[in-house]
Amino acid sequence: MTGGLADLAVVDPALAERVGVSAVQVGIVLVGGPLLLGLMGKLRARAEGRVGAPITQGLADLRKLLHKEAIRAEPTSAVSAMAPVVLVGSAAVAAALTPLVSTRPVSAGGADVFLVVYLLLMGSIALALGGLDAGTAFGGMGSSRAMTIGAISEPALLVGILALAVQARTSNLPGIVKASLAHPGWLASPQRILALGALVVVVIAETGRIPVDNPSTHLELTMIHEAMVLEQAGPDLALTTAGEAMRLGLLLGLVANLFFPWGVADSGGGLAIAVGIFALAVKASALAALIALIEVSTAKLRLFRVPELLAGGFVLAIVAVTIGLVSR
Amino acid sequence: MRPGAELDIVELAGGVVLAAAILALWRKDLRALISLLALQGVALATLAAVLAVHDDDVSLGVVAGVVLVAKGIVIPGLLARVVRSDPGSRETSPLVNVPASLVAAAVLVVVSYLVTGRLSSLFPDALTRLAPLGLATVLVGFFVLVTRRKAVSQIVGLLLVDNGIALVAFLLTAGFPLLVELGASLDLLLVVVVLQVLTTAMRARFGHVDLDQLRELHD
Repeated sequence: MTGGLADLAVVDPALAERVGVSAVQVGIVLVGGPLLLGLMGKLRARAEGRVGAPITQGLADLRKLLHKEAIRAEPTSAVSAMAPVVLVGSAAVAAALTPLVSTRPVSAGGADVFLVVYLLLMGSIALALGGLDAGTAFGGMGSSRAMTIGAISEPALLVGILALAVQARTSNLPGIVKASLAHPGWLASPQRILALGALVVVVIAETGRIPVDNPSTHLELTMIHEAMVLEQAGPDLALTTAGEAMRLGLLLGLVANLFFPWGVADSGGGLAIAVGIFALAVKASALAALIALIEVSTAKLRLFRVPELLAGGFVLAIVAVTIGLVSR
Repeated sequence: MRPGAELDIVELAGGVVLAAAILALWRKDLRALISLLALQGVALATLAAVLAVHDDDVSLGVVAGVVLVAKGIVIPGLLARVVRSDPGSRETSPLVNVPASLVAAAVLVVVSYLVTGRLSSLFPDALTRLAPLGLATVLVGFFVLVTRRKAVSQIVGLLLVDNGIALVAFLLTAGFPLLVELGASLDLLLVVVVLQVLTTAMRARFGHVDLDQLRELHD
């Protein structure tokens, strides 16, 4: 940059591109999360012989909730006000950092596995605190259950991704995706198969799908997530719902890109980004369809057997890491 | 073996064999165990077929066919009939609970990697590098044999051990000779048939097929 141009172009074009990519990713996760939920609902309904709500129902619900009056239970503190914001904020930051559309989001060097997993964990904690804040029995019960499950599923998520990190010799998420793009032979390696099994279990648990939690009922014996948000209404509920949908979209997109990195943009340029968006949509929809299929074909597990399911996922992840460490 | 698509399929098949063994510890539903066995059989047959094509080895191709028919189709089919005929016992009753068994499986995988490391370093190769997967499958199979008391889960454990041995054999020595593989497959088939007859007789006499209950002699 020289002379007069420097005044106009104070922003480095490469940085601007990265920021643009990140903004696109956050937007996609924000819109795509509810759409994926809608898709899963639609597939389930069709498999059960119902017509089902349109795929865009989630977005319509969000719009409706946002126009409602903001109302909170009387004894709630600032935690209730902050919880939905922290949930959405942490999901948005994680979405901006992870390689969803392109391997070059903003601050790609800092997009570490641990950072992204702990950003997601921050959202879960905020949600659990929000559930406790109103002081009702259901909120506390839901939070306690969510934390019990989270305590087993978060390590499995971390260790599962670590298996890929060992193979790629970097814990940087864009680095892992880039390395997998460069070595197509890795996609079939034993540790990846085991890690994929582990992460599918984790995604089901983290997003509260059927063998772990049933998102469509309010049955006090079994509900986990719905119990935490019982006291929320209006814009708060809209934010929480959006945050949960974003986490679902983010996790599905992350798992899809880590294991099947085809189509992720590795260079700048509008065309590569467009291909990346299209590929992400296809892959995330395919994974969502797989999870919907699991939901239709299994019954909800008894709460006390959920740790068994998650322990299975965790052990698969551990074995994957072991194979990766020993056989490299 | 040159790196490429063939090696990818071999790695994938080896991974599927071990994953199926671990999942067999995880699932309690006997029918799920049997479909896992069938999956393992198909993966083994695919692995043998790829090696046969790569080495232009006709007898290995025949072995792949035998493995596919025996371990992928016939034995799981027979076991499924045993389970169907006894609706009272659809779940395994493990002596060690599932999370503990899974942890044990993780330890067994580590052990097999530590033990086989020296073996594969004798002849470092893309195939010998995968041999620990087979040994781990054998160990997990033994674990199933020791801790699961239903007659069907015992046979599942035995078949896991056999599949693990077959995997090691394919990876290290490009398979058993045709005659040995045929004999082993026939033996297994015979064992499964005997088991089917035995469980039917046991149920007729005692009303259950739990091996732990068979402690006293009856007339």
